[in-house]
Amino acid sequence: MLNKVDDYVFEVPMGHQKGMRVPGRIFISEKLLEQVEPGTIDQVANVATLPGIVNYSMAMPDAHLGYGFPIGGVAAFREDGGVISPGGVGFDINCGVRMLRTDLVAKDVTPMISNLVEDLFHDVPSGVGAKGRLRVSEHELDEAFTRGAAWAVEAGFGVPADLEHCEENGQLAGAKTEHVSLKARKRGRPQLGTLGSGNHFLEIQRVDKIFDEELAKKFGLFEGQVTVMIHCGSRGAGHQICTDHLQVLSKAVRKYGIELPDKQLACAPLGTPEADNYFGAMAAAANYAWANRQIISHWTREVFERYFADAKLDLVYDVAHNVAKIEEHSVDGSKERLYVHRKGATRAFGPGRPEIPDAYRDVGQPVIIPGSMGTPSYVLCGSEGAMRLTFGSACHGAGRIMSRTQAKKTYAGTEVKDSLTRRGIKVMATHPKMLAEEAPEVYKPSDEVVDVVHNLDIARKVARVVPLGVSKG
Amino acid sequence: MKPFEYLEHTADVKFQAHGRSLEEAFENAALAMLAAMVDPSTVRLEKTWPVEIEAESLESLLYEWLSEVLYLFEVELAVFSKFEVALERCEVGWRLSGRIGGERVDPKRHFFETEVKAVTLHQFEIKKEEGEEGGEEIWTAQVVLDV
Repeated sequence: MLNKVDDYVFEVPMGHQKGMRVPGRIFISEKLLEQVEPGTIDQVANVATLPGIVNYSMAMPDAHLGYGFPIGGVAAFREDGGVISPGGVGFDINCGVRMLRTDLVAKDVTPMISNLVEDLFHDVPSGVGAKGRLRVSEHELDEAFTRGAAWAVEAGFGVPADLEHCEENGQLAGAKTEHVSLKARKRGRPQLGTLGSGNHFLEIQRVDKIFDEELAKKFGLFEGQVTVMIHCGSRGAGHQICTDHLQVLSKAVRKYGIELPDKQLACAPLGTPEADNYFGAMAAAANYAWANRQIISHWTREVFERYFADAKLDLVYDVAHNVAKIEEHSVDGSKERLYVHRKGATRAFGPGRPEIPDAYRDVGQPVIIPGSMGTPSYVLCGSEGAMRLTFGSACHGAGRIMSRTQAKKTYAGTEVKDSLTRRGIKVMATHPKMLAEEAPEVYKPSDEVVDVVHNLDIARKVARVVPLGVSKG
Repeated sequence: MKPFEYLEHTADVKFQAHGRSLEEAFENAALAMLAAMVDPSTVRLEKTWPVEIEAESLESLLYEWLSEVLYLFEVELAVFSKFEVALERCEVGWRLSGRIGGERVDPKRHFFETEVKAVTLHQFEIKKEEGEEGGEEIWTAQVVLDV
């Protein structure tokens, strides 16, 4: 059973699972908690058994059942005695989302929406096993793994200002391509510049509500404005890197005598070769994902310029929501370097952090929360509560409440498409079948999720955006 | 005995594949994974891909086998509907020699319902159930896929 600690804060007590080193903390409303499966709470408890975990094993209000960590899971490990685990990152390393703002308003764009979405669907390859338009060399692939979005901008995909507006400047330090397998390279090379499928999307949106005028102005957002959101990750390269290292770390678990309640939590003590090699390969995948979103942004700009010659699409921000990173946080009053794992959780640094770009540093970083297909997305601003409660982390989306199997039984893809069309949302997908499992109804209402992080001062609500058109795999 | 069945999982795909032998359970696990993406009855047997894997344990072997099938699906842009597996003990532990039958993806005939990203180790297990008195033994492989 959970203990209520405070409004929106529930504790998973030490006795929930044998071997817990710290309690769990779930940041959620009572209403949303009713929809959380018991298995998700068990997963929060499982993470709490990992060596070197600091304070709590945490879950965000969009928490739902995952593998290893729950989706929406956050945990930090001390450098001395802690571990790193691919179960806390996931297979889609640096799955993330970025938002571009235009200087256009909805009434300019709506008449063109079909053309725009059709062109985006055509110009940004998507779908299962899609190959990109790019033919990168082995050397360029190395550059993407090592330097991420910085390489992409140098190669002509975007402008230097884009880098400043990416978490980690679109380039996570410490990438080691020598720990990226040949298989990961073979999957990664043809897929650079592809969206993928599943819940990934490229969406044209309208700012439908401003919650905080001052912060919105800071992020360059205004009501009626057209924005673009890109949600994707590291594709087959990331999936293969995780697959390869999960095998290595499973052996490390035996070698270092770590007891695990779930094999997907395979990990290695920080400072061991297995941990270093995984971190280096994971960083390479994270960089690949940033290069990928950068290239897709460039093609999106080209499409807009076709219809609006002077269209300016500036990057508001780009956030990772599946990643492990070394960050400095305050623990019991002193600063410590920690390995923070975010699995379906977004960094939400508050004001003053050096990692935030100059333009936003005095207010906090933009936190971009994609909706599911056809539902609103949110822009929030990282705040003090995040630094105090969650190692600077917020939710990442709405969170599933219905399984894909159930969704396919309940909804037909064509119905989902028709219902969106009736609401004036233009949808393009490789096949309507793909739409059924992503029907808007299979997710928690995103406004309730966002209200929790707002009320805890983890991240403040800035703007809500609604879809005008969606391109999906 | 059903070849495989899908179980409820909110975000991912979970299945149990069964076989009267370990080999058959391995074959049905691969089929369950492919069937989560595309209808196997739409796949023609036009080409065969050989697979050789060695692993320390049976679990590790199953994980690598399924990961290899996914890898081939992606780099070969091919879909499969026939899996043949032979297993034997070897110096490392276990060896799998397999043949995978299928064809290149044809977007006109192959409609994907979902994309399997990877094979997870969450709740991953292989178990043998002794049949009722005189009945046959059944092997079951339980797998959660990241989709």
